[in-house]
Amino acid sequence: MGDMFDVVLAVLVVAVAVWTIGVRDSFASVVGFVAYGLLLALVWVRIVAPDVALTEAAIGSGLTGGLLVSAATRMQRAERSSATPQPGPLLRLSAIGLCVVVAAALAVVVLTLPNPPPTLAPVAAASLPAIGLDNPVAAVLIAYRAVDTLLEVVVLVLATVAVWSLAPDRLWGGAPGQRANLDPGGPLTLLARCLLPLGIVIGLYIFWMGSQAPGGEFQASAILGAMWILAMTAGLVDAPPTSRQWLRALLVLGPIVFLIIGFAGFAMAGGFLAYPVEFAKPIVLTIEAVLMLSIAAMLGLLVAGPPRRRKQR
Amino acid sequence: MSFARDILTVCAVLAGVFFFLAGTVGLLRFPDSLSRLHALTKADNLGLGLIAIGLIMHAESIPSALKLVAVWLLALLASATVPQLITRTMPPAVPPA
Amino acid sequence: MNAATLFGLCAAILVGLGLYGLIVDPRPLRKLLAFDLLGGGVFLLFGIVARRGAAAGFGADPVPQAMVITGIVVAFAASALAIAVMLRLLQETGETNLPDAASAPRQHSDSR
Repeated sequence: MGDMFDVVLAVLVVAVAVWTIGVRDSFASVVGFVAYGLLLALVWVRIVAPDVALTEAAIGSGLTGGLLVSAATRMQRAERSSATPQPGPLLRLSAIGLCVVVAAALAVVVLTLPNPPPTLAPVAAASLPAIGLDNPVAAVLIAYRAVDTLLEVVVLVLATVAVWSLAPDRLWGGAPGQRANLDPGGPLTLLARCLLPLGIVIGLYIFWMGSQAPGGEFQASAILGAMWILAMTAGLVDAPPTSRQWLRALLVLGPIVFLIIGFAGFAMAGGFLAYPVEFAKPIVLTIEAVLMLSIAAMLGLLVAGPPRRRKQR
Repeated sequence: MSFARDILTVCAVLAGVFFFLAGTVGLLRFPDSLSRLHALTKADNLGLGLIAIGLIMHAESIPSALKLVAVWLLALLASATVPQLITRTMPPAVPPA
Repeated sequence: MNAATLFGLCAAILVGLGLYGLIVDPRPLRKLLAFDLLGGGVFLLFGIVARRGAAAGFGADPVPQAMVITGIVVAFAASALAIAVMLRLLQETGETNLPDAASAPRQHSDSR
């Protein structure tokens, strides 16, 4: 019975992907992409990867979907009025040929994966008791492969700065987006006022449970970032100008704390990002909490986009 | 006892699936956006609620059962407000001549 | 055929589809969507390798899963930057297509 569900799910994912690529209207394609992301989250649950499923649903489908919908709406008018050059049949045929070869090669790889499968699970499991976490993925992210996480956060900071730099020079340092009008009795305000406290509690809950159960700082920061975006869209809070010192400090707080602890690892435990065993859990929780705040701010700012209002003097 | 629970779960989930089916048929067959939104709300409201009721019977503990109810209530909140927002951006409906 | 192999084949198809959309469609937004589809397929390949590496009492090998989580976040950052570039292009030129694609002397479709 589970096999049949898997087959139906796989066919659905491929069907939605085909529709996303093939449909003419870009807005419809974006909607198809969001559906694809949610179906992919179900696939992740079926292959026993609940942390990845949460991340895919929150960031891969949720936040990316929000970004794409706002972009597709803005591009709709220009797209309808301009002529899209169609690729010629030669390009299509050669692309089909190339893609069939690539997909077939990957399928052969999948079917001939080594048996018994190599795995790093025992190595990761060996480090778990020292960290004090029960969630192996969280332990890998924050302890076993902590350098990857550090680099990822730095990439996020760079992406935020790059998005900010796409504003015209005269708008540098201004606030992203237009000031949304607060509609006191409207449905969006109701949604924001009801969902905001709930979302914050759920986000913190997922963060806290991440040490024992699927969850963690990335999923939680996606939820917190989404709550901030909801508040900005409803007009409950105004997007802060990107020149504000506290905003910039919040962005770099996570990576800087992570780096400081990393370098302190030389003194404390003999290596970069090595944690002393007695304090491992408090250190890990500190890093995760600060990262959560920074990443939530960065995700919110990435969706808000480059500054579009002049900086007030 | 658990056989009765299983029967109840299957019945509730089947009823919920029926409402989802009705909502999807409405989405595909209704002529304009307003009536399609109306059909979709049935799917969210009743369909998800019945499926949640069916799954609650097999929840491992009271907290996880409450989480299922919370999921249903949050989906209700979204499905109640989002159609209002969608209709605000639509042009006013013109009755058929 | 178990779930891992089934979804692995699904992932291979997704990679092929994403690559096709990336090559063929001249519109930047569609290329970004195809690229994200391709990324989803690649992450799914990581996931099935993780599933096959179930050992030590876990349902799956946690190391590839952690890499996929990192990858999803980085892919979001890249998508956000790409969309910001596209919107800036729209602001500057009023067009959603890249200049040389729009003025290509080969086939033009009718405006929709």
